[in-house]
Amino acid sequence: MPSNDHIVTSYTDELTELARAISEMGGLVEKAIVNATDALIRSDTELALATVAADKKVDAMQSQIDEMAVSIIARRQPMAQDLRLVIASIHVANDLERIGDMAKSTARRSTQIEGLAMSSQFKNGLRHMGELALRQVKLALDSFATRDKDMAVEVVERDTEVDALYVSLFRELLTYMMEDPRNITMCTHLLFCGKNLERVGDHSTNIAEQAYFLATGRPLTADSEDLKREQIKS
Amino acid sequence: MSATVLETATPVHQTVRTPDPDARPVRLRAEDVSVFYGEKQALFDVSIDIPEKSVSALIGPSGCGKSTFLRCINRMNDTIEGCRVTGSILLDGESLYDPALDVVELRARIGMVFQKPNPFPKSIFENVAYGPRIHGLARNKTDLEEIVVTSLQKAGLYEEVKDRLNQPGTGLSGGQQQRLCIARAIAVGPEVILMDEPCSALDPIATAIIEELIDELRANYTIVIVTHSMQQAARVSQKTAFFHLGRLIEEGPTEEIFTNPREKRTQDYITGRIG
Repeated sequence: MPSNDHIVTSYTDELTELARAISEMGGLVEKAIVNATDALIRSDTELALATVAADKKVDAMQSQIDEMAVSIIARRQPMAQDLRLVIASIHVANDLERIGDMAKSTARRSTQIEGLAMSSQFKNGLRHMGELALRQVKLALDSFATRDKDMAVEVVERDTEVDALYVSLFRELLTYMMEDPRNITMCTHLLFCGKNLERVGDHSTNIAEQAYFLATGRPLTADSEDLKREQIKS
Repeated sequence: MSATVLETATPVHQTVRTPDPDARPVRLRAEDVSVFYGEKQALFDVSIDIPEKSVSALIGPSGCGKSTFLRCINRMNDTIEGCRVTGSILLDGESLYDPALDVVELRARIGMVFQKPNPFPKSIFENVAYGPRIHGLARNKTDLEEIVVTSLQKAGLYEEVKDRLNQPGTGLSGGQQQRLCIARAIAVGPEVILMDEPCSALDPIATAIIEELIDELRANYTIVIVTHSMQQAARVSQKTAFFHLGRLIEEGPTEEIFTNPREKRTQDYITGRIG
């Protein structure tokens, strides 16, 4: 949120509305991840189809945010932290749209592996990965909304957890496929679903980078060397 | 003793400075410049380096001291009754306030363009020729003509007026008049050009032409511009200095000032917030 009000109040209103739209879109995307993971684990076709359909709203919101941002740039010529909010919002909306696509793809694949048995251990692994990805999205969006640079750094650092889980998932699926070639179709679908969740983590990292830029005016990548040095010290 | 207490009670002001790694060498240096109009202090200990062959913009709300500071650079404040300037301003390391310095010669080295175009009520040719003539820069008529033509060319006006050099300068459009004033300033071969809101009386097209001209001129001149338009400062300058209530609050590379200012007052001003 803007730190204090502009002399032109309608300008403050527009920036507040932009930030609110990002939160709303973030909420839709979080829900999509939860639903897609649930649909996959419970083989719930109805939920899967609803998740696919709901992605339209996410896409529409991205266009809406882009339009708002373009309009603010054209009419208000934002500067400093306002400019950063507008530019970061465009990036974040883009990443959220991609996360929405990942959820949609997972939901769609879940309908194709219906009826095939998954071990409960594997289900737990997937569920855990979905939870981790969701946590990353939430944390990234929170850091963006509150302009918390430390939280943004945390998101970037914790992405390795999602990656590690994907690697173990991949190995497990590989053994199933080697055991019995009839598993290959199902495992390939599941592998893609795992990859989707891993990529949700990557997009969360992008959002966190925007949050960091919004809070500090500096790109996280340029500061990361300093961060690493600080971590080594502490 | 009570006077001492009062003085120390004023918080020490510190200008926030962001260094520019690509800055050009310093041409003009102000050190602790304060300006008083009678009892009233208008400028407080301003120190700033102006790099050569680049555009430095001074921004800030009305009455912040930016124009006062600009006028110190060519000693225009000398002409104001009761005005006193302390501190020092150095051009190439030499003090501008050296009593031995010839002020008229100084103003040839440091030209100025004002808010409202103010051509002399003379022909276009005479407007530009006047300076070189009184400074004895031309040996003969051909010399003078050449100076006038090159100055008008550098000011991007020659093509538009070459067939009517003998017509009055006041008959030109606002933007053309302003370019005529720039040509007049250039004609005496200055090192520094000061501009006090040069586009505030011009339409957007004329403004764009002047801005394009400023961008060309910086290859050869050190330019200091005062502007109320932050977009203009952002567009034309490489360095920006923000003044508030007679103090230099923050200075740094233009891009830094407009994307990531460090001082809250700068931030509030450039983003249009209530300070």
